[in-house]
Amino acid sequence: MGSRLRFAAGLAALAALALSCAPASGAERTVTLTMEHSRFDPARLHFSVGETVRFVVRNADPIDHELIIGDQVVQEAHEKGTEDHHGGKPGEVSVAAGETTETTFTFREPGRLFFACHLPGHYDFGMRGTISVEG
Amino acid sequence: MRLRAGTTLLVIFLVLAVAAPALACGGLVNPNGTVSLTKTTTLVGYVGGVEHYVTSFEFAGGGGEFGSIVPLPGIPSKVERAGDWTLQRLVQEVAPPVAFAADAGGAESAATAQKARVILETKIDALDITVLEGGGDEVGRWAKENGFSLTPDAPEVLDFYAERSPIFMAARFDASRAAVDGQQVGDGTPVHLTIPTPNPWVPLRILGLGLGSEARVEADVFLLTEGIPDMLPASGGGMDLERSEEASSLLLEDLRSDKNMEWIPAENMWFSYLKIDTTAGELKHDLAIDATGVGDPSPIAAGLARPLTLPEIENDPTSLIAWLLAIGLGLVALGVSRYAWDRA
Repeated sequence: MGSRLRFAAGLAALAALALSCAPASGAERTVTLTMEHSRFDPARLHFSVGETVRFVVRNADPIDHELIIGDQVVQEAHEKGTEDHHGGKPGEVSVAAGETTETTFTFREPGRLFFACHLPGHYDFGMRGTISVEG
Repeated sequence: MRLRAGTTLLVIFLVLAVAAPALACGGLVNPNGTVSLTKTTTLVGYVGGVEHYVTSFEFAGGGGEFGSIVPLPGIPSKVERAGDWTLQRLVQEVAPPVAFAADAGGAESAATAQKARVILETKIDALDITVLEGGGDEVGRWAKENGFSLTPDAPEVLDFYAERSPIFMAARFDASRAAVDGQQVGDGTPVHLTIPTPNPWVPLRILGLGLGSEARVEADVFLLTEGIPDMLPASGGGMDLERSEEASSLLLEDLRSDKNMEWIPAENMWFSYLKIDTTAGELKHDLAIDATGVGDPSPIAAGLARPLTLPEIENDPTSLIAWLLAIGLGLVALGVSRYAWDRA
């Protein structure tokens, strides 16, 4: 009887494992960022120096957004900038309403970075987050 | 005086936004527009299961367009021009005339709606009115498709309203038509919507749309009911009950004599005046009014509680497969356990 119970417990564990299964991420780490109600979720990220991260950015809002990764200088430049579209530079991408797109970024130095949307009013509204890069 | 409370409730609501022009009416602003609706004035009446919603749009000049969206508790059966001076008369009832206001503005021709369903389209003077049905995303996409720019707080606010009622009124001020009509800066265009609904509420949170959380929202809310109204939230916290008394015959007679305002009962009405003075960050609710007479206004209608919804399955096939696999294996495990128990 004991072996049967262990078998049943094993099946239950398998069930739990099935629940936690996730799509393969390949060689690089993949992080999904959701934009909803003009906020990022998650809003805090942690990476290690040297990590190359593929960001899958999902805009669940009916309005356009953008993702800009960089330090404070980068954020301030974009807050004052006039570019209406991003996409060619790593860590900078525009995401149309209801769309999902990707960008890849390598964290080369330890420290604190930020990610934000700089469409008019969005940064002040609170559409920003922080990234800790540990050595 | 307790006047037939509940059975036939008439609510008259007037919002006079003093702070934060244009966006105070909860607008979707066309960034290229030069027309601004400087203040908001809205009247909502509820008689025998029918809400009468009157909104005035004030033309502020310019050559572009301005638009905004007003959430509604139900589908209007009629949209028409409202009386010319009803709103002014109500303001006059409680205070000397204040710089007067207009409201919500804008939508488009509606034919290009993406997923939101266009229920009704009409033109009133220089206003293009569209009544839409859809979720927050759908209405937001419709607005975007029709050339309006939504402020960053709009997605959350649209979802907030769509959870309780998927009906929105969009109105666009056509400045060129206003010019042809000879409309002058400051001229108001009152709009009257007749909305059958068992559950009246007055949108307040929309007044803070597009404003910073610290921006002040000042508004006057007038209620005219057949009984002393039960409201939620109660007086206090930035929404104070300043007047509560039997409506004078003179006031009722005046209101009824205005164009298209004969639906207001001639007597036995209770007059209440709520003064709203708070910040956009604090104004996260609406005003619910109990129309049943049992003294139980709905927290959901007030925006203080969310309607119950079923959990959604993620739109990810791998997740669905994982769930099905887990459920199947769980059932197998349960069967094996039962078998083992029975054999023991």
